[in-house]
Amino acid sequence: MTGTDTTRDTTRDIPAAAALALGDDALILSHRLGEWAGHAPVLEEEVALANIALDLLGQARVLLSLTGDEDELAFLREERSFRNLQLVEQPNGDFAHTIARQLFFSLYQHELYGELALGDGPFAPLAAKAVKETAYHRDHAEQWTLRLGDGTPESRARMRAALDALWRYTGEMFQPVEGLGDLDWAALEARWLAAVTALLERAGLALPEGPRTGAWAAGAGRQGLHTEPFGRLLAEMQHLHRSHPGASW
Amino acid sequence: MTAVTPDTGHGTGHDTDLGQLAAAFDAAVAADERVEPRDWMPEEYRATLVRQMAQHAHSEIIGMQPEANWITRAPSLRRKAILMAKVQDEAGHGLYLYSAAETLGTSRDELLDKLHAGKQKYSSIFNYPTLTWADVGAIGWLVDGAAITNQVPICRCSYGPYARAMVRICKEESFHQRQGFELLMALSQGTEAQHAMAQDAVDRWWWPSLMMFGPPDDASSHSAQSMAWRIKRHSNDELRQRFVDIAVPQAESLGLTLPDPDLKWNEERGHHDFGAIDWAEFWDVLKGNGPCNAERIGRRRAAHEEGAWVREAAAAYADKQAAKDNGQTEEARV
Repeated sequence: MTGTDTTRDTTRDIPAAAALALGDDALILSHRLGEWAGHAPVLEEEVALANIALDLLGQARVLLSLTGDEDELAFLREERSFRNLQLVEQPNGDFAHTIARQLFFSLYQHELYGELALGDGPFAPLAAKAVKETAYHRDHAEQWTLRLGDGTPESRARMRAALDALWRYTGEMFQPVEGLGDLDWAALEARWLAAVTALLERAGLALPEGPRTGAWAAGAGRQGLHTEPFGRLLAEMQHLHRSHPGASW
Repeated sequence: MTAVTPDTGHGTGHDTDLGQLAAAFDAAVAADERVEPRDWMPEEYRATLVRQMAQHAHSEIIGMQPEANWITRAPSLRRKAILMAKVQDEAGHGLYLYSAAETLGTSRDELLDKLHAGKQKYSSIFNYPTLTWADVGAIGWLVDGAAITNQVPICRCSYGPYARAMVRICKEESFHQRQGFELLMALSQGTEAQHAMAQDAVDRWWWPSLMMFGPPDDASSHSAQSMAWRIKRHSNDELRQRFVDIAVPQAESLGLTLPDPDLKWNEERGHHDFGAIDWAEFWDVLKGNGPCNAERIGRRRAAHEEGAWVREAAAAYADKQAAKDNGQTEEARV
């Protein structure tokens, strides 16, 4: 220890933009998955979806706490200050939409945390733990994509529609996030695309056509530009906390 | 230890066999031996267990709804994580209990169909609404507290699979009860508005919680036989009294009152006396006229119906995989 270290504010070493980007992704997707409680198609999925939601909420709490008070950040920020991807805020839709969202995101998160875990940056310890969780999330989404893709004509049609609908939110994931070090985002994206392509082929599903991003969506969530459903999500999530300023729970 | 394993090689006639089996069953149960799935058991014993275990499993999954109602509005991330974990536990309890019931020759699908058709019941307490965040605490403290009082004796139930499922469930329920108490404590010691919210929730949940123990002993239709079979160990009124005696000092330490002017310690009895329960309300809610009966069962049916295509897809996929595996085995043989 040197003398100058005694005055060091440890939170200053944490790139806040990156902690918020990763933390908000986990927080908001966890919230969406929490909406499934009591609505899942089978009891085993009540357990599985809650499990994934809990893992993500745990990640969110660690990440947000790196850069401030977790509850202030979750409950007192306005919509434009959230840095999550637009993908994770998309409404649950039917089970196929939820699985498509899980597939796109968990493949991304698994690749990203795998990279971060290898480095020695401030997110390496969290990523090392989270990458094991995301491996399970990825497996869950892959297994269901196979079942729905190669299940019945109805499930295949629903899975196709879901993949097509969410495809345009996947380009944004690979816009570089400030503070995550010199990640090779193009390589990450190539691996993600290869994994999606291989899996959809196994499931007998075509890779969606159409753009993976638009002028509006390119990196928009990371800049605090969200979609209309997000405002209502926050209204529900924040109202009780905001109704009792300064209260402890 | 199994109670009675049928031995068909001996005995002279069917009636004698049945009489001997029944006598041996009664003796084994009276000696506190466990009955296991392959043991002989009277059909009424089996039916009673299926009815009770199904009702218990249904209560777990219907009971997810009033609490899940607050997951998306939990006021802190810590509370949100605790609540999600609790609702997840309840789904897990439903799974154990449906599995335990399946050992009696029924299936989860069959039991769910009966629930959806209104032919089997779930605990009436879940027909009350969760109107504020404090209701999550009141459910944990009072409803889970009452459930534990009811369920701890079932850990010694004569039917092995049910007893073993209950051991695990009771451990988790006791965690749920503590989180509810702690949640209410935070509110009670919080702002004036939070304290009022906690008091209001306790005022609304107290009486329905006392009703969870079922009708008074003299009006309980299944009690006597269940006691003889050691499915049930204590009467409804005994358990209710036990719960009141535990809850009163806990309410005091919470700094909250219980909504019963007749509630007072009776030195002579060594128990708390409490006021008359409104059994008309109990029977009315049981009949389907509670505030949320239609919503709870409606939501359950909707989840089941909306999920049908998912279950069908999973089954179709599993069949295709099995056919592929068989094909490969055939090829390997050739």
